[in-house]
Amino acid sequence: MFQHPGLNTLLFYVSLAVCLAGISYRVFTWFHDRVIHSNAGAAATLKRMGRGFIGFFRIPTGGQLPGLVRILVGQVLFQVHILKQNPLRWVMHLFICYGFLYLLIFHALDDLVTRTLFSGYEPTLHPFRFLRNLFGLILAAGLGIAVYRRSSVRSLREITGKGDWAALAILGVIVFSGFFLESTRILLPRMFDDMVRAYASDDPAEIAGLRAYWAKDFGVAFSGAPTSSVNPNRLDLGRMVHDDSCAFCHDRPDTAVAAWPISRMLQPMAGILNQIQADQILWQIHVLACFTGLALLPFTKFFHILATPVYRLVRAGRGEAADEKADAAAETCRILGLDACTHCGVCSRYCSVEPVYRIVGNPDILPSEKLRSLQFTAKKKNPPPGRMMGLAEGSFACTACGRCTDLCPSGIDLQELWTVSRADLIQTGYLDPYGWARTRSAAEWGSLLEHPSPAAPGASGHLGLTDRVETFWACVQCTTCTSVCPVVGASDDPESDLDMTPQQIMNLMRLQMKELALGARMVWNCVTCYQCQEHCPQGVRVADVLYELRNLAGERMKVHLRKPDRDGTR
Amino acid sequence: MKYAYFPGCKIPRHLPEYDRTTRAVLDRLGVRLAEIRFNCCGYPIRQQSFEASVFSAARNLALARRDHLTLLTPCKCCYGNLKHAEYWLKQRPNLRMAVNHRLAREGLHWNDDIRVVHLLTLLDEDLGEGMIRERVVKPLTGLQVAAHYGCHALRPFEVTQFDNPLSPTIFERLLAAAGATPVDWPLRLECCGNPLQGKNDRLSLNLMTRKLQDARHAGADVVATACTYCQLQFNRVKSEPVFQEKVQKYPPAVLVSVLLGVSMGLLKENRSEIS
Repeated sequence: MFQHPGLNTLLFYVSLAVCLAGISYRVFTWFHDRVIHSNAGAAATLKRMGRGFIGFFRIPTGGQLPGLVRILVGQVLFQVHILKQNPLRWVMHLFICYGFLYLLIFHALDDLVTRTLFSGYEPTLHPFRFLRNLFGLILAAGLGIAVYRRSSVRSLREITGKGDWAALAILGVIVFSGFFLESTRILLPRMFDDMVRAYASDDPAEIAGLRAYWAKDFGVAFSGAPTSSVNPNRLDLGRMVHDDSCAFCHDRPDTAVAAWPISRMLQPMAGILNQIQADQILWQIHVLACFTGLALLPFTKFFHILATPVYRLVRAGRGEAADEKADAAAETCRILGLDACTHCGVCSRYCSVEPVYRIVGNPDILPSEKLRSLQFTAKKKNPPPGRMMGLAEGSFACTACGRCTDLCPSGIDLQELWTVSRADLIQTGYLDPYGWARTRSAAEWGSLLEHPSPAAPGASGHLGLTDRVETFWACVQCTTCTSVCPVVGASDDPESDLDMTPQQIMNLMRLQMKELALGARMVWNCVTCYQCQEHCPQGVRVADVLYELRNLAGERMKVHLRKPDRDGTR
Repeated sequence: MKYAYFPGCKIPRHLPEYDRTTRAVLDRLGVRLAEIRFNCCGYPIRQQSFEASVFSAARNLALARRDHLTLLTPCKCCYGNLKHAEYWLKQRPNLRMAVNHRLAREGLHWNDDIRVVHLLTLLDEDLGEGMIRERVVKPLTGLQVAAHYGCHALRPFEVTQFDNPLSPTIFERLLAAAGATPVDWPLRLECCGNPLQGKNDRLSLNLMTRKLQDARHAGADVVATACTYCQLQFNRVKSEPVFQEKVQKYPPAVLVSVLLGVSMGLLKENRSEIS
């Protein structure tokens, strides 16, 4: 099954085709997907494409060239902004990036590049062999740091998903199969025999000499006699044959700083490895992993290699015009921004409301995960309600502090994305609890939320004030809370504006009929000024109770709205 | 004197002048600020989850505690929520245990030995008005200022321990130290309306304009604030089109740090720009 160049060539072209088709698709989505959901059809996509096409060619002519060059050098090539944030992360990223880039250009594409640039290039000659190993080690070190960070930093570990591990795994397989492949090529006599047949003499004495010489200086593990007992004449003959036939392409393999030590470790197993044609197996693994990486490039985080630089240049090159055309361009820019995300997790690690995520448990509270969800919902004209509700909860927990935007190494304007997507959620009917409360009357909510659902997540995490008679038993219904309430004071007709007054709510609590208050406008329009509580002559925690009612109502409404059979108001 | 500076979520992006002027004034007064990467104080999420709010606050307190620093915030809502969490952590051993269990995973621990102060308390108690007076080089003589107290530092007193909740004086004392003339106004302890911004704007703005009119009737040239959210709310007069023709009707809101900064000759803004 191995040594099937025709099949491998076919696989290569298939991978390349998948890669190019995938890239085309991703680029198409830049003009098709929408953060702001609307009924716009194919015409809008075409318009955005046209606009993007013109914009693309305007970038370098817009007079911002020095700025663009600065971005290209500073942020794309050297990534100084990452160095300033976290030197270890910078080392990791540059190691992976440049380790891989060298191997791609000078090793994978050696027939096209290296051989053209350097006459006399052979992969088995110094310094090419050394450099290939060195950059392989650099890439491996970068991957090692990545694995270490993703498994040891708590916040990073939590957001690291299959996609992140898969990307690391593909690169890991490529680099380590490469190391082992080269080490078996050094070690196993199979390759030697093939080469001798092709390039050297067929005189048995000369071959025996060459074998002895290669066993001694080139580390090939021939079966049979150990190298120490070889007579010097045979060795000299072998050296002569080597100088005549092999030396143009082969020098001593100990410059393979990674593969050489591995080949020494594998020496005891050389017999078995030779028998199972381990070099062939490893070669096939190496090549297939490379093809897989190529084919998956547009569908994994590897796509950021293209999307992030394009996004940075587009953002830097865009004007600030605010018209309809600019709106279309802004949408394109947003979708491109979603693709520019590398899922590095910095935003979530330092997110101001990350502790809220730890209690509430909705990943969409974290910017990196919210972005993933947006990427999903932006593709759909009518995104699934469950997904949108989760996104809404995450979006409304955001305090718009802008820290994610300041820290994002890809330079994504996350804050703008959150502002726009939050507005879109409200527009499409996915609200915060205050918004839910307004969709029904207090009486309707009262009957809908009568039975608390045990499924409400995090529902136990409150003070339990409303369940304890001690909270209310001192209440004498003196109406002080109502008379000092500024919300009541601002209304001409509190009964109809607010459903009930604070004192009436406290009375419902005394009667253990809190369900009737869960949707009351008084509860939801409380400004939390604590006048009621401060002035209560009986020490009733009026404002704290209103807070707890909103907590409870929010939890129960969430469960109610998620019920598939609800007679929805949306 | 060194404090762990807690600007909260809104200041850096939405009210940077509060940050800039607070730093300038504190620098002049010899106060050093430690920068710690805090998270949200937990005030906004308190509407949805008591537990998430308390945990958010506790983590900040524990971060300041790790560096043995007093936590200083210029925002009254942050202050109020940090004190709220502290209060309930002291009251409820089960809550304390659950929170500390979570904090322990990142090597943090909450204990009641961490002090939280609002900017006004730092100025008035830790430094003292005498020290402020010494630094005033351009007293705000003749400027009639209505001190707007904001709710969350003041009430509930049992939790916040800020000042007398029914007749506080701390803000007026500081304004007088800067040479201004505090005015007495009936609505000085009332809500600015910010909590309903974007939810019930009619009510939110109603509460705000009542306050501002009241301050004007009392003869105020400006309303002084010491809270991020209150200032953001009053700034709506300048930014929202509804008010375009009525801007002159209301006294402008000015941050306490701006008033002090001007009186200390630290800021480029001059008297005429304040009022």
